Amino acid sequence: MKYVDEFRDPILAQTLLEEIKKLLPTIALTKERPLQLMEFCGGHTHTIFRYGIEQLLPKTIELIHGPGCPVCVLPMGRVDDCVSLAERPEVIFTTFGDAMRVPGSKKSLLQAKADGADIRMVYSPLDALNLARKHRDREVVFFALGFETTMPSTALTVLEAEADNVTNFSLFCNHVTTVPTIKAILDSPSMQIDGFVAPGHVSMVVGEAPFDFIAEKYKKPIVITGFEPLDILQSIWLLVKQFAEGRCQMENQYARVAQKDGNPPGLEAIAKVFQLRDFFELRGLGSIDNSGVRITDQYARFDAERKFSVPNIQIADPQACQCGEVLQGMIKPWQCRVFGTTCTPETPMGALMVSTEGACAAYYNFGNLPELMALKAEEEKTKLKEVASN
Amino acid sequence: MTTPAQGMRKRSGILRAEVINMSHGGGGKAMRDLIEDVFVGTFENQQLDLMEDQARIDLAGLNTMGNRLALTTDSYVVDPIFFPGGDIGKLAVCGTVNDLAVGGAVPLYLTCGVIIEEGLPVSDLRRIVESMKKAADQAGVKIVTGDTKVVDKGAADKIFINTAGVGVIPSHINIASNKAMPGDLILINGFIGDHGAAILGARGDLSIENDIESDCTPLNDLINTLLAACPDVHCMRDATRGGIASVLNEFAIASSVCIKIKETAIPIRSEVRGMCEILGLDPLYLANEGKLIAIVPQARAETALQALKSTDAGIHSAVIGYVSESPADTVILQTAFGGERIVDMLIGDQLPRIC
Repeated sequence: MKYVDEFRDPILAQTLLEEIKKLLPTIALTKERPLQLMEFCGGHTHTIFRYGIEQLLPKTIELIHGPGCPVCVLPMGRVDDCVSLAERPEVIFTTFGDAMRVPGSKKSLLQAKADGADIRMVYSPLDALNLARKHRDREVVFFALGFETTMPSTALTVLEAEADNVTNFSLFCNHVTTVPTIKAILDSPSMQIDGFVAPGHVSMVVGEAPFDFIAEKYKKPIVITGFEPLDILQSIWLLVKQFAEGRCQMENQYARVAQKDGNPPGLEAIAKVFQLRDFFELRGLGSIDNSGVRITDQYARFDAERKFSVPNIQIADPQACQCGEVLQGMIKPWQCRVFGTTCTPETPMGALMVSTEGACAAYYNFGNLPELMALKAEEEKTKLKEVASN
Repeated sequence: MTTPAQGMRKRSGILRAEVINMSHGGGGKAMRDLIEDVFVGTFENQQLDLMEDQARIDLAGLNTMGNRLALTTDSYVVDPIFFPGGDIGKLAVCGTVNDLAVGGAVPLYLTCGVIIEEGLPVSDLRRIVESMKKAADQAGVKIVTGDTKVVDKGAADKIFINTAGVGVIPSHINIASNKAMPGDLILINGFIGDHGAAILGARGDLSIENDIESDCTPLNDLINTLLAACPDVHCMRDATRGGIASVLNEFAIASSVCIKIKETAIPIRSEVRGMCEILGLDPLYLANEGKLIAIVPQARAETALQALKSTDAGIHSAVIGYVSESPADTVILQTAFGGERIVDMLIGDQLPRIC
């Protein structure tokens, strides 16, 4: 397949890997303290696991899988709000398919659908708007979620709904913002991450400049990265090169798509329709200042939260979950107390097990599960011994 | 066997309605007209013409064909009922024929149970039943008994079909999912994911246009040819819902072995690959309706491959991997990129109502 296979060439991959291996000895690293690089975006996590990139890398590079999967970071209380909206008799609730299985405190959308709620999977917000045009006697609510990548399409749909005077369409807005979320991770005292593989599709919308502060203020090298396996390997090479040469910069590996200034018409639509929330809760990370957006007053009639009442109750993450520690690189997914036992992709408890882009689900699905579970059991035994000897 | 002359009744019913209504399931004349005109009239065989409550099959005849009876059943609820490359009727025959054939059985007789939602155009029903007859003729099986129910609007979606099938397994054939051995090779009879991709395209809610046709086809001829050339096939299953990933996992678990497949060896049409790229689907989990996975001893693999390739449904056959010892119960994919990943069972459903 043209324009795809070129970015998956195994021979080029070997060349990059050799270059990375050549540079590594010039950086002071040990197996106990490897170079920790975080890929923020769930799309990157998916590529890393789908192509087996982790096993190709030397053991002195460790990839930390970040919170950039919008389905994963959706808090339980917001899922409850979705269910409450979906169960209103007048509502047709529309959603992307991967949000169907996210657990709420009582049920997921999948269960609500089975209980009789009119929930329909769509592939774009425009599909939801067309449903609203078709069913004028019903209220169509679109479950808007995603980082900046998906904000322009939602914003443009609202603008189209206004232009076309579609009054029975609204958004339940759960769009989240990238920079405040990365900043929260960087500000965490236990943070150990050395560098960042930055989300290329977010950059495609917001441009390069919003990521400058990570290199400038926090002194962490960062490379804006595409989503094919060679993109990721090349970015890792660029990061390693920065360490080897003693540089700390923001670089753009994905310039073929992510322009310096991003997507100005998209940004304009976002600015018209959305404004920053003071704070928003992310599952596994808690409440973060400015980490979400809401609909501006001008477009309030398209805001499901204002059009209908939602319970809006905060539900704490299950206590046993250690998603936060996994997200900050303090533990590996399999080291979490509940990984693979009470928390599995079939019955996810924590954020990272929910979608296939979540780090724990990726480990569970694509990792060597028997081996991981054996490691986990071994570690637990050691811990028990330590406790006993104390 | 009863001779046709005895007890054979003259077919009299003619269905004049244009749309199925509740009376067509009511047990009265309307139902009889429907059954006689649409089903008995189309399937045309002596067993059905007798209009008894059951098909009666001569045991002595079956005994000469093998030493085990194979019995299977499957229900078909595919949406949409007509799709490129087939329809629910063709699917209902091919699916059950294939379930028999992959066990080494020679498929012989099918049943046909239909649940119709009132409001279904009779022309659609006729088209589906004719398609069943055509598929049955192609596979060399007879549809010998059936049942018809009509339900209220909304209680079913257009039409659901159940077919059960009977076949006989020759005594020298012994295929089982727990027989994969380290060293065996894994064969597939062509491109993966065509059916899943065709159904997705036919639903029309993706605004993606493609020319992909379902691979829905009876595989008993192909399997005959394969077993004639290589009677010691260890494992064989058709890769329907859940795709080849699910079947390979079933074999790995049942045989306590590791199955290693190579991404670049798996035949896939570029249209299907492209669609999967756009939608984020994994073609290993996409449904097929005319693909099987066969695990054969290494020494017989080339013969088996050539036998498969000599058939219409197996032109694009390929060896896609091998069986090794450990880690047991695991399927590992060597990616085109050079890495490896585990291919697990599918969780949830990638796409609903695919067959």
